[in-house]
Amino acid sequence: MAATPLRILVPIKRVIDYAVKPRVNSARTAVELSGVKMSMNPFDELSVEASLRLRETLPPSSVPDILLVSLGPAKSAETLRTALAMGADRALLIEEDAELEPLTVAKALKEVVSRESCNLVILGKQSIDDDAGQTGQMLAGLLGWGQATQACKISVQGEEVTVEKEVDGGTETVKAKLPVVVTTDLRLNEPRYASLPNIMKAKKKPFEKMKLSDFGLSAIKRLQTLSVSEPPPRQGGSKVEDVDGLVKRLRELGAI
Amino acid sequence: MSLRILPRRLLPLTARRATSLIPSRPLRPSFVVGTPRRFFSDDLSSPTPLPIFHLSETEQMLQETVARFANDMILPKVREMDEKETMDESIIEGLFENGFMGVEVPDEYGGAGMGFGAAIVAIEELAKVDPSVSVLCDVHNTLVNTAFLKWGSSDLKKTFLPQLATESVGSFCLSEPASGSDAFAMLTTAVPSDPASSADPSHYTINGSKCWITNAGHSKIFLVFAQTNPSLPANQRHKGITCFVVPRDTPGFAISKKEKKLGIRASSTCVITFDDVRVPRENILGNVGEGYKIAMGLLNEGRVGIGAQMIGLAQGAWEAGAKYVWQERKQFGRYIGEFQGLAFQVAEARTEIEAARALVYNAMRTKEALDRLKEAGEDVTSGTGGAGAPAGGKQGEFVMQAAMAKLYASNVAQKVSGAAIEWMGGMGFVRDGLAEKFWRDSKIGAIYEGTSNIQLQTIAKLLQKAHAQ
Repeated sequence: MAATPLRILVPIKRVIDYAVKPRVNSARTAVELSGVKMSMNPFDELSVEASLRLRETLPPSSVPDILLVSLGPAKSAETLRTALAMGADRALLIEEDAELEPLTVAKALKEVVSRESCNLVILGKQSIDDDAGQTGQMLAGLLGWGQATQACKISVQGEEVTVEKEVDGGTETVKAKLPVVVTTDLRLNEPRYASLPNIMKAKKKPFEKMKLSDFGLSAIKRLQTLSVSEPPPRQGGSKVEDVDGLVKRLRELGAI
Repeated sequence: MSLRILPRRLLPLTARRATSLIPSRPLRPSFVVGTPRRFFSDDLSSPTPLPIFHLSETEQMLQETVARFANDMILPKVREMDEKETMDESIIEGLFENGFMGVEVPDEYGGAGMGFGAAIVAIEELAKVDPSVSVLCDVHNTLVNTAFLKWGSSDLKKTFLPQLATESVGSFCLSEPASGSDAFAMLTTAVPSDPASSADPSHYTINGSKCWITNAGHSKIFLVFAQTNPSLPANQRHKGITCFVVPRDTPGFAISKKEKKLGIRASSTCVITFDDVRVPRENILGNVGEGYKIAMGLLNEGRVGIGAQMIGLAQGAWEAGAKYVWQERKQFGRYIGEFQGLAFQVAEARTEIEAARALVYNAMRTKEALDRLKEAGEDVTSGTGGAGAPAGGKQGEFVMQAAMAKLYASNVAQKVSGAAIEWMGGMGFVRDGLAEKFWRDSKIGAIYEGTSNIQLQTIAKLLQKAHAQ
């Protein structure tokens, strides 16, 4: 099978760093973001790494373009630069300060795909701030493409993409013809560090900036967040002596 | 009007009498307080000055990468490496793979092509997790790589820099059993091949031994300082010292004893012996007799690297302690860090760390500014920054800042890491955690790359010279 060159789109998102403990803001309307350390969504790191590995393992010139795209405030440029330093080719920042919902993002990504003639989109299965887990699937729907979500293994042969997906109880392997949307899951790979020479090289890579309105879109919110609260603090448990004690305790708690 | 009513200073000179027991106060103080040393900002068109700890975007990205690498790859192995007194090979490979071993080496030789600041930030981040790994990276970057970059012939650069940036660790061999601080009393000799006849011998034969050599167990490339003219009188001996590049596999070169140490145990520290080791003259860094200048120049900069290692160590220890007292340990119904006495100790320690960091970062930025001026052809050794400044122009300023940075940072590292153990109580004392390790590691800071006494000597001399009548 003649190999189709892959033009990969890798959307990434700037989120609260996974190691930071999030706190609710004083108005209890959102998570506190000011002054908090932000990083690339860990699932998106897996996407970037996956695209780089495809380039490294397939025959030369199989992956002529790895384009990063991020929708968010101007500071998302830092996240894009980190991903460029991992080894991606180009970056596109679609600036938008307002909060974005997955459908808006998916619509914007659809425009980017047609603009850049991408035939493979690799996204994180979810972002760790909203845990929506929708963008990849919505994008596939809008594009009319096949989708393989929660990938723990991706391989490409010619026109076909084979993906092993994580499902409850194990894994499921699917095969699809390009173009395809794939979303990444934890076991897919171990993302590389941005090596120092690559950090320097990243400075010279093409970096484009656009606005959401350039795509004829605006940050419509179809959902309204009513309140945000922290989970209740963990209560200590109690020990029971034996089965009778357990039954007694369950009765006391009204569980039986 | 009676002259007595006027203040003394307004009295005409003739009316003043030298009878007062209080010495007459001069009209102006004999020193100008608070004259900023505008050395650097006048010469370099600087935009709005930023806080001393501000990092460029490149440095920030580098800091991020090094911190992640350190926490993911090094942290799990720190205790094991310390107990076994051996550096894990995979960590050294990781350092090379990610470009941490060629920070300042230009891109054309396979390095990252970054600045001195970047190297210092990398060393600091590594030390927050493991000072042993940090010193391996520090000696390699600030002593060995810099030596080639500054004094290597283009052939030496082409041969060795790519290796140093991508796969071969380097060592700096100056100290001997009989010469540490008194470096020029070294006994290792490098006898030229045709001493009597030719002024341009084809090779040199090195005999002697070096000790306390960092990285020796891993290094492939050694910078060896030897005396090419043993007949020089004592006060001229420095003029014969020459720096040779000696690859590990040269016949006669042997790593003998590996030291067992109090701290930085995972760092390899060995005795090296030279038994008729032949080195071609092409392997001389700089020129014959320039070894003294090279060593001193390198150590001045290496000092900042050690300062960075020490402030990284101090921060690592402080973090461990702060986390324990404010997140983990409760006694008498609350976190022990909530007791004012302990909280004050933690605050004091942090203040000292910030002061040490400020000295180190200032020394690092001073060096970068100095390099820019040198590149622009400026004379950096003359002139004075005004009262309070050291001798030696801008170069002297840098040397003083670097010495102060290392002196103070090693001091703070010891104090803070010692305090952190006490905050953590028994948990700080046992080898389960890393607190006790930081304290043992900190001790070397006041010793290597110029003892604290030598730093004080350097600072005092520079200041004294500037204040000579």
